[in-house]
Amino acid sequence: MATVQAFARRPQTGELIAAKLNQVSKNYGAVQALKNFSLDVRAGELTAVLGPNGAGKTTAIKLLLGLVRPTSGRVSVFGGDPTALETHLRVGAMLQVGRVPESLRVREHIDLFSSYYSQPLPMKQTLAIAGIENLRDRKFGDLSGGQKQRVLFALAICGNPDLLFLDEPTVGLDVEARHLLWDEIRQLLTLGKTVVLTTHYLEEADALADRVVVINKGSMIAEGTPQQIKARTAGKKIRCVTRLSAVVVQALLGVIDVQDDRGTMVIHTSRPEDVLRELLNQDLDISGIEVAGAGLEDAFLALTQEKAN
Amino acid sequence: MATTAISPAAITMKPNVFSICLKETKYEALKCLRLPMYSVSTIVFPIMFYVLFGLIMGRQNIGNISTTTYLIAAYGTFGVMGASLFGTAATLASERGFGWLEVKKATPMPPFAYFLAKVVMSMIFSATDVVLLLILGTAFGGVHLPALVAAKLLLTLVAGSLPFCAMGLAIGYFAGPTSAPALINVFYLPMSFCSGLWIPFMFLPKFIQKIAIVLPPFHLSQLALGLVGAGNGGSSRVHWEALVGFAMICLGIASAGHQRDQKAHG
Repeated sequence: MATVQAFARRPQTGELIAAKLNQVSKNYGAVQALKNFSLDVRAGELTAVLGPNGAGKTTAIKLLLGLVRPTSGRVSVFGGDPTALETHLRVGAMLQVGRVPESLRVREHIDLFSSYYSQPLPMKQTLAIAGIENLRDRKFGDLSGGQKQRVLFALAICGNPDLLFLDEPTVGLDVEARHLLWDEIRQLLTLGKTVVLTTHYLEEADALADRVVVINKGSMIAEGTPQQIKARTAGKKIRCVTRLSAVVVQALLGVIDVQDDRGTMVIHTSRPEDVLRELLNQDLDISGIEVAGAGLEDAFLALTQEKAN
Repeated sequence: MATTAISPAAITMKPNVFSICLKETKYEALKCLRLPMYSVSTIVFPIMFYVLFGLIMGRQNIGNISTTTYLIAAYGTFGVMGASLFGTAATLASERGFGWLEVKKATPMPPFAYFLAKVVMSMIFSATDVVLLLILGTAFGGVHLPALVAAKLLLTLVAGSLPFCAMGLAIGYFAGPTSAPALINVFYLPMSFCSGLWIPFMFLPKFIQKIAIVLPPFHLSQLALGLVGAGNGGSSRVHWEALVGFAMICLGIASAGHQRDQKAHG
């Protein structure tokens, strides 16, 4: 696309580390938001930090932005201090915000934020990348939820940053708006930008990420490509009434987790066919069999259990 | 793996701090001008009071000057106080509470630009108030102030707005995002009344006159009234010292609030 050529300032390869959390812990009073959490953000890649609400995703982003300081451990961005002006000049962020000054127009917000950077994008280009040319003269308060998110996205990219943080950028958006924003994020990746995105949608991480970091209760519980994560989480749940013991079932190939739900055994497995065959072989009286896809909650549970074991 | 592979020295050019401050102030002013809550309570109210109680009803003298002259100083102080308190406290509390300040802190914006913009914007609104009162009084109220006195009055009131900006920052750091306007009024309206901004000081009950001595708007209004020949004879140096002392206390409170925010974030 001709209008976005200038946007690609420095092509980067996936071998370099753009930002790093090294054994970082962060306490808010008695609450430990992150526990010995390490993260390498590779340049030119999209790293998705995936986890349920309250997992510590936003804390990780705020540490990398220098908005909060670690209780222990080290944070570095471009090899330097995340709070330094030199760092902030190369970083853009889309944070979760309760309220944005509503009486300013879209172009006014962008004009102001662009002025903070030494080499901002021209207004036209920022509007084009965020897909909001038609919203230029609208007041922020008059926009829909999806449009507001895209304006915040525009504010994150207007300084032409090398590294972009997107904290749950599509939360609360409908499917169409979500896919529009995904397209815009993909466009940035083709321009060699480095992106860190937090989300609680596995689907979103899968659609965008080069690498996924799964986090729960402040600790990393899995890390890998979306394919690797999906392989570990895309299991099935088998419910049945059986005389087999939990220990025996747990030992079967492909069983991730076994739980008892008021006399019904709930088996989380990555290989439902194999497990079913074994169950039917070993227990002729087995009854009440139900097989269902495991939701993301189950996937997190499975990953957490795996980690604990 | 090397962590410093991407050089932090890639950007050598720094953004222009002066132009950031200018833009920040411009948009701060536009933002507030478009908010009726702000523009009405800071410009329309003092002007409306002046038209009602000065131009329409104020036919007598207060002391040895006309009511219309007296009220330029009194409502000028009232307007300056409102512009400063609402201009700083209301926006700061809301932007702190709803996360907008954090969004700005994540950018390379110099933090002082944010606060400077609010103070300068408040001063612009304060000056507008005073100029409008002077124009109205001169055109319709038979006010004859020499240009030098009018200029001194304007400068005094605008300079005297700074302690109230400091007070606004202090409130803004401790008020909730939605409760700030109410909290401002809890201070603003009783302070204005007790300082003799609505009812001339000499007509206030004795015990309120005693309270007034410790209220900053009393000191600013006395400086303004002194310039138009209706002060109660106190030394202007004492009034300025009271205002500076009050500003220092407020800045101390604001800075404690700032520290508390920083601490909460680590």
